[in-house]
Amino acid sequence: MRASRPKAAIAAVAAAALAVAGCAESDRGGSGGSSKDTLVFGVAGDPKVLDPSFASDGESLRVARQVFETLVRPEDGGTKVSPGLAESWEPDAAGTTWTFKLRSGVKFHDGTDFNAEAVCVNFNRWYNAKGLMQSPDVTAYWQDVMGGFAANEDDTLPPSLFKSCTATDATTVALAFTRVSSKIPAALMLPSFGIHSPKALQEYDASNVSGSADDIKYPVYAIEHPTGTGPFKFKSWDVPNKTLTLERNEDYWGEKAKLKSLIFKTISDENARKQELRSGGIQGYDLVGPADVEPLKNEGFNVLTRPAFNILYLAINQKGNPKLADLKVRQAIAHAINRQALVDSKLPPGAQVAVNFFPDTVEGWNGDVTKYEYDVDKAKALLAEAGASNLTLRFHYPTEVTRPYMPNPKDLFELLSADLQAAGIKIEAIPLKWSPDFLNATTSGNKHDLHFLGWTGDYGDGYNFIGTFFDRQKDEWGFNNPALFEKFKQADTTPDPAARVALYKELNADIMDFLPGVPISHSPPAIVFGKDVTGVKASPLTDERFSTAEFKS
Amino acid sequence: MIRFIVRRLLQLIPTLFGLSLLLFIWLRRLPGGPETAILGERGTPEMRAAIRHNLGLDEPILIQYGRFIRRMIRLDLGTSIATKREVTTEFLQRFPGTVELTVTAMVIAVGIGIPLGYLAARRRGRLLDHLSVGGSLVGICIPVFFLAYILKAIFSENLGWFPSSGRQDPTIGATRITNFFVLDGLMTREWDAAADALWHLVLPGLALASIPLAIIVRITRASVLEVLNEDFVRTAEAKGLTENVVRRRHVLRNAMLPVATSIGLLTGGLLSGAVLTETVFAFSGIGAFLADSISQRDYPVLMGFIMIIAVVYVLVNLIVDLSYSLIDPRVRVR
Repeated sequence: MRASRPKAAIAAVAAAALAVAGCAESDRGGSGGSSKDTLVFGVAGDPKVLDPSFASDGESLRVARQVFETLVRPEDGGTKVSPGLAESWEPDAAGTTWTFKLRSGVKFHDGTDFNAEAVCVNFNRWYNAKGLMQSPDVTAYWQDVMGGFAANEDDTLPPSLFKSCTATDATTVALAFTRVSSKIPAALMLPSFGIHSPKALQEYDASNVSGSADDIKYPVYAIEHPTGTGPFKFKSWDVPNKTLTLERNEDYWGEKAKLKSLIFKTISDENARKQELRSGGIQGYDLVGPADVEPLKNEGFNVLTRPAFNILYLAINQKGNPKLADLKVRQAIAHAINRQALVDSKLPPGAQVAVNFFPDTVEGWNGDVTKYEYDVDKAKALLAEAGASNLTLRFHYPTEVTRPYMPNPKDLFELLSADLQAAGIKIEAIPLKWSPDFLNATTSGNKHDLHFLGWTGDYGDGYNFIGTFFDRQKDEWGFNNPALFEKFKQADTTPDPAARVALYKELNADIMDFLPGVPISHSPPAIVFGKDVTGVKASPLTDERFSTAEFKS
Repeated sequence: MIRFIVRRLLQLIPTLFGLSLLLFIWLRRLPGGPETAILGERGTPEMRAAIRHNLGLDEPILIQYGRFIRRMIRLDLGTSIATKREVTTEFLQRFPGTVELTVTAMVIAVGIGIPLGYLAARRRGRLLDHLSVGGSLVGICIPVFFLAYILKAIFSENLGWFPSSGRQDPTIGATRITNFFVLDGLMTREWDAAADALWHLVLPGLALASIPLAIIVRITRASVLEVLNEDFVRTAEAKGLTENVVRRRHVLRNAMLPVATSIGLLTGGLLSGAVLTETVFAFSGIGAFLADSISQRDYPVLMGFIMIIAVVYVLVNLIVDLSYSLIDPRVRVR
């Protein structure tokens, strides 16, 4: 009897399934970990690359912080430079050569030894970068900190701050720099200066960034074989499932990780991360919405608040409107805005009004500076004195963006603009899409009078904040203040840390007198863990170590 | 039939060429570029200019387009500006997710939609008819992301029946071969992995099926109603054929042509990625990746993905055209 068509179809499907089943090898070793030694952590985006030398995005750096270690690292939960792969360090008298005493008995994940030679291989790899590895979007942090390379292939690159690396003996390494810089040693805490296994670098051709300038390809090392000394080893990156798995480094030199595996799972939507935490699919996530902090706490989740390490400021462009070059007008603007009300109503719990352009967790913070209390009448009087009672200002604010220092730009704009209008300043609102329009408009050209923007610090040195903003003439602020620029140069090149901190204090006072803009607030971003997860310490630098995480029994 | 297929495939060439030109000009006319997305608030005007120069974005648009075409002729879609990985690799890692999700949604939509539409037509004016017509209106109106959140809140957060995100439980440690997770599980006999991947498809599949389901119900109902009034149905019934035979051989089959067309179009649409469903369920497909690429102005990814999607769309519609001749032997493709 002839089979009817549906029956034939079912038979065909069944035959195909049988043919397919078992036609490939399973490469799975053992079963997945029990939930009590595996932590799944929700992150907002996929990492871009696993070699931190090439990374500048937060998610790549988060992975790098577990897999790689740097010579020096931030203290747990703070920003102070503390021992990493180096136990101690000191500069020479001139402040240009730093000698690091390294830990012994440290091994890379591939079993090779960590030593002074390995440190030099790494620094020489970065310093001697050639071709596409010199692209600003490939080695962003090296260029940010060190400037250029051994042989700059682009004339616009500055000369390198790094000069040479010498391995004196197995556990002593000397890094020489071309000049004194405030960045050393703090910047060496950046995960981009994580130390890789020389063997793995060579084996997987890690410096071979290939292709052409508009078609750059990373080497396989940067995607599949990151090899450091950290408490976790890279296991797999499952791009189709948006997960990246690390496993415990059983040969770690320090206290071994409590978790057997650590999985980062990408869930870009903030609400979806929250739902997933509640349903138990993940045991923690980052970038908690300010409005979710209290509810999650009430439900019993471990919400950790990071010490604020950012600044939101109102920038004033003195070239935008000639009136803004008048100090009185800038003072009037500072008096006109009610920063406390803004912090109380629009920023997450724990946010503070800013007194300097950097938070008080950074050395050199100065509480004894000119302060501009909220006083509308004084603002009006100052404007009248300056002959600027009929001032109209173009106020740019970004849309479609959330930054750690600025949860909802539109709300902030509405408050600030209402305050300014109450003092008699007319506001022309210019909303622009954050990237690229807003950033382009406010950091170049002359079409902006007021805008707000902010910064999250990379490492715990004040120059990383105020130097970034004010150490030279910039289109964002439109002023030229040679005396101030000179003082910045002095601070940057002062070898003695105490003397440098004193200069930062002076600079903070000078800045608040000159008032190039108004520092508004420091907001503490939150990170959340499951009800039974303990051991992680929130870091102002988002440098959370998962090796100490564990499940309460 | 072979000639028909070849002709349709040849038609692809001018279509893709025109599409690429339009797309290229349109993307380059968007304000800003990838440099701001790369640098964020750290960028100085000099750094931005350096990146634009490196990417060749400061050259005349025709020269840039020429470079793109030269690459495309070699079937090289370039590398992503954001991840520095090949666009083809990025696509092959994400498209299987979109296909699995589309197939699930269409199986749900067709499996429920056609019987429901048929029954509604047979019981015209009765309760079932009113319910299905009303229900399909709701299905079309309800925003997909809203439905997705509701499904998650009920079936995942409260009842805990289904996982609320992703394509597979990462602790399973499944073997990857084709990146079609269900298929991979079957091929490697990792039955738990295949079952887990299927389980992960249920909620996003339901959310995504809502609109196609509603459309299929309505089209099936309308089409069946039309066929039921045809003379040949009355003749068949008058001849004394059983109701079953009349339904299957005559009514359903003739009513299926417009339904097949709409299934083809809907499938093609879903294959181009379901941004909202993928985002809410953190489901790795091409939709959410494309959306990210737009905000990052990742030109090679946008160009490459959209070109591939166009080819897929044309192929799906080709299959639909070919299926007409199976449904209705009077239709012969030439």
